Amino acid sequence: MSYVMLIYESEDALAARSDEERKEAYWGAWGAYHKALMDAGVITGGASLQPGHTGTTLRLRQGDRQVQDGPYADTKEQLGGYMIFDVPTLDAALDWAARCPAAEYGAVEIRPIHKME
Amino acid sequence: MDRRRDAELAAGLAARASYSRLVAYLAARTRDVAAAEDALSDAFRAALETWPGDGVPHRPEAWLLATARNRLVDVARHDTVRDSAAATLRLVAEEAEEQATSAAAFPDERLKLLFICAHPAIDVGARTPLMLQTVLGLDAARIASAFLVAPATMGQRLVRAKAKIRDARIAFQVPERTELSERLDAVLDAIYAAFGTGWEDAAGADPRRRGLAQEAIWLARLAMRLVPEEPEARGLLALMLYCEARRPARRTAQGDYVPLSDQDVRLWSRPMIAEAERVLAEAATMKPTGRFQLEAAIQSAHTMRATTGRANWGSIALLYESLAATAPTVGALIGRAASLAEDRGPDAGMAALEAIGRDLVATYQPYWAVRADLLARLGRVAEAHAAYTTAIGLAEDRAVRAFLQNRRSMLDAG
Repeated sequence: MSYVMLIYESEDALAARSDEERKEAYWGAWGAYHKALMDAGVITGGASLQPGHTGTTLRLRQGDRQVQDGPYADTKEQLGGYMIFDVPTLDAALDWAARCPAAEYGAVEIRPIHKME
Repeated sequence: MDRRRDAELAAGLAARASYSRLVAYLAARTRDVAAAEDALSDAFRAALETWPGDGVPHRPEAWLLATARNRLVDVARHDTVRDSAAATLRLVAEEAEEQATSAAAFPDERLKLLFICAHPAIDVGARTPLMLQTVLGLDAARIASAFLVAPATMGQRLVRAKAKIRDARIAFQVPERTELSERLDAVLDAIYAAFGTGWEDAAGADPRRRGLAQEAIWLARLAMRLVPEEPEARGLLALMLYCEARRPARRTAQGDYVPLSDQDVRLWSRPMIAEAERVLAEAATMKPTGRFQLEAAIQSAHTMRATTGRANWGSIALLYESLAATAPTVGALIGRAASLAEDRGPDAGMAALEAIGRDLVATYQPYWAVRADLLARLGRVAEAHAAYTTAIGLAEDRAVRAFLQNRRSMLDAG
């Protein structure tokens, strides 16, 4: 069963990615987590995203493009990345979510992927 | 109890048990609780109608499956969206039919189903109702009234929870040790809620509740076997056994309500009390002491009357003190007040009763019954009269209502 893990991080946490003092700890944790997912052979895709303020949101209304600066939902914690992985059950997915570094300082949401008929 | 009532009880119990065993069995393989229920619901209804007259079939699961067979195939055929679940359902129906006709005991997945219903991924307000519906076969309307919500709301909540189990693919297993105790609390709560639903119906008049108390006791035994090191599972089993032991004494032959203090102790089931004492003693050797153990200990002190002629009100009051500190439910606080009244006099009881927040008890019938009794004992006749009237108005059980009316007229007679 395929699940996507949506990873939510605050702007401050995302800033740690390039902060001289914090980046080693940040990337160290993510690197180890990613390696564990690879070793277990459960990960099938994913990406790390630039911070929310780099986002641009578009809506088409009566043919008009409404383009807006910023992410879709302006919340304290932003979508910082996602991963797609294959495990048998929600419980197994939650076990992986609990190991995700962002679970401790942000939040992770697990959603089953909709299978096209 | 006459023979016909016995037969009806046995049939209801067997039908409910077999039905929930099959729901759990099918759901364990398809993960689709709603589909399993749909497929079996007509068969269950047929069983409730025919078994009391014809007797419980030799292999109840086989009977239900044979009756549900066309429906199972039907559900499987029409369900093109979730065809993997449908195909599994069909295969499972065949496999289950073999199982049911073979000599081997039918596999029981009900406890697993209970633990799934208590999964943290399920809406917290849906967990206990879901257990009551899937494992104990209560309908949404009955559950809704127990939880004080509209039936439609409850129905929707249950539908959503079942969809979550199916679509998010929650594992059909008993959880790991770390999660077990957290979920065990919810499971034990649901078992106790089911027992309470059966318990209120002392006369056994409501066919939907028939046998629920025995079923709850059975589930508690199962939970205890699964987690032998958890004292609360034992505490709950002991508590329910003490209460069930008194069932024959709760009503007269004419169906009149008999309060605990007036019950004929010779009608209490000695074997059930002995088992309760044994189970509670086992629980006492384990830590920590939880709510169910305390409640069981209170019932144990009540049953002292069978051997010493007097309930041990001193220990009952002390135990209620601990219970009110551990789990300050309205019921516990009222029990505390009532026990203080027995132990130290109606003044002490009244003071404890007055300390309970009025908004908590405005429509809580036991509060008004206890209050009326204490006021009467204190000679505050007019207030006692008014409290009895409130208690009578809030009573759901006809026998309880009649009992309170009688008390009120005794008050007037002075």
